[in-house]
Amino acid sequence: MATTEVAAPPRGSRGRGRIGGVAPAFWLFVGPFLAGLVIFVYVPIIWSVILSFSRGQNTVTPGDWVGLDNYIDLLKPGPFLDSLVTFTVFAAFIVPLTFALALGLAMLLNRIRFMRTFFRSVFFLPTACSYVVASLVWKLSIFNGVRFGLANTVLGWFGVDNIAWLATTDPPWYWLVIVTVRLWLQLGFYMILFIAGLQRIPRDLYEAADVDGAGRGWQTFRYITFPQLRPTSVAVLLLLLINAYQAFDEFFNLLGNSSFARPPLVYLYYTAQGNQDYGHGTAGAVILALLIMIVTLAQGRIFGFGRAE
Amino acid sequence: MTATTTPPVAAEEEAPLRPRARPRTPAETLGTSARYLALIIAAGLFLVPFYLIIRNALAADSEITAPGWTLFPSTIHWENFGELFTDPSVNLLQALGNSAIVAISQTVGMLLLCSMAGYGLARIPYRYATPIFYAVLVTLMIPPAVTFIPSFIIVSQLRWVDTYQGIIVPVLFSGFTTFLFRQYFLNFPRSLEEAARLDGLGYFGAFWRIVVPNSGAFFSAIAVITFINNWNQFLWPLIIGQDSSKWTVQVALSTFLTAQTINLHELFLAAAVSIAPLVLVFVLLQRYLVQGVAETGIKG
Repeated sequence: MATTEVAAPPRGSRGRGRIGGVAPAFWLFVGPFLAGLVIFVYVPIIWSVILSFSRGQNTVTPGDWVGLDNYIDLLKPGPFLDSLVTFTVFAAFIVPLTFALALGLAMLLNRIRFMRTFFRSVFFLPTACSYVVASLVWKLSIFNGVRFGLANTVLGWFGVDNIAWLATTDPPWYWLVIVTVRLWLQLGFYMILFIAGLQRIPRDLYEAADVDGAGRGWQTFRYITFPQLRPTSVAVLLLLLINAYQAFDEFFNLLGNSSFARPPLVYLYYTAQGNQDYGHGTAGAVILALLIMIVTLAQGRIFGFGRAE
Repeated sequence: MTATTTPPVAAEEEAPLRPRARPRTPAETLGTSARYLALIIAAGLFLVPFYLIIRNALAADSEITAPGWTLFPSTIHWENFGELFTDPSVNLLQALGNSAIVAISQTVGMLLLCSMAGYGLARIPYRYATPIFYAVLVTLMIPPAVTFIPSFIIVSQLRWVDTYQGIIVPVLFSGFTTFLFRQYFLNFPRSLEEAARLDGLGYFGAFWRIVVPNSGAFFSAIAVITFINNWNQFLWPLIIGQDSSKWTVQVALSTFLTAQTINLHELFLAAAVSIAPLVLVFVLLQRYLVQGVAETGIKG
């Protein structure tokens, strides 16, 4: 068979098997996906850009052009800009907290021998929970604001009065509720990423540091672990930021359409689904998409986008 | 994008990072004890929400709302199960069924579409493969949740609102999953496929008979992660499945939570039932899950 062919064709060139040439094979493999990508990603985005220049009240058919009015409305001081502020505050809490705690847990787990898999499973288990279930527990059992709630029970042991966690804006205790939900749900996931990163650090670096007399503590962390973890840290930071940007579930379930803490997607949800205002809704979606593209590209510019290529 | 597609990490890391031959000093013993103490406290805190779900699910409402903390209901109210599943205002079985239909078909569909597309992009030297790959890459910059209004528009034009296909189909075309499969297939040993080629198999035969059967671990990892994400997704089913007959279990729970039309123990029992399949998947397939997360960095 093959051995009889002295000059075999360059490999990968013609692949003449049961399915003809290269082009039909390629379309067989990629065509269905590509068709879906066009219909459910490209067409909607283009449609939305066009619709964002229309009034779009109660309709998703472009027409009744208003130029840039939708964009101008959104960029005036108002609920949309407030939602970006809410996101910023949220990210300022959740990103550093998750980063530090996930790294801390990963380093702790990396230094122990017994029960390592057990602890890892416990921290990773909340990944199986949805934001809805977690919000339910937080809202009705931990931070329900009445005496039988867990948080108030514990505080009661120390003589602290009931706190209405979600119902008050002064002080804004709802941030504690919102941030801890997400922290609980996502910490294990980022911990796994850090554990994988830590295991990629060549062990002889530590041995060399040992020989050089560096202590096991802060110095090895400062000069070996942290610099070696840089690719993981960058990926984790970007993921945390992008995921916080898309926060919806816990805000929707814990606070609903509250005026004081609506992140961008919650604002867009009530604009489009609630008020049927698709003009402002699509304009908002376009702005959010542009903002996140800028962040992704800037990150790529700085840290080498597509290095894996 | 953020997938650094790193070389596979050994799935388990049972071998400690730095085995110690030296005898332990008192300082090391102290350090180890402090680490375990910190881990035990953290683990305790992490388990509190699960404890609350179970406690409240098996209690009577009077015990949940009683002043003074009851650690666990004095009698376990197993009859809560019967009450939950016969309560006509809840219809949890329908919601669980919807979630199963949605999550299973999304997982199967996404795996099929994205693995084939990824293979085509990685291995078939078609003239326009590169520009097409860039068209896929561009979509990675915009997370799907950000464009839920555009997606809703197309679904409403197709008259797919309140249908299963409306919830299932638009989510299938994940540029990110395709990208991950492409990266994986780029590293798949070519020699195996060449052997298949010599046996007269085309791309299609090589893919299904050689590549897929030898990629079980990777497919499993992506499948587990996709299933969990799809079971837990909320925003998209909330928008598309507006009629209660199409509520997934997340949408149903959220509705009960906001409206508070059912009593507490039923709500917590429903929550427990909704996470039970995932905890099962989690316990059985954690190896794939951890490996998949470590290698790909995907998360819902």
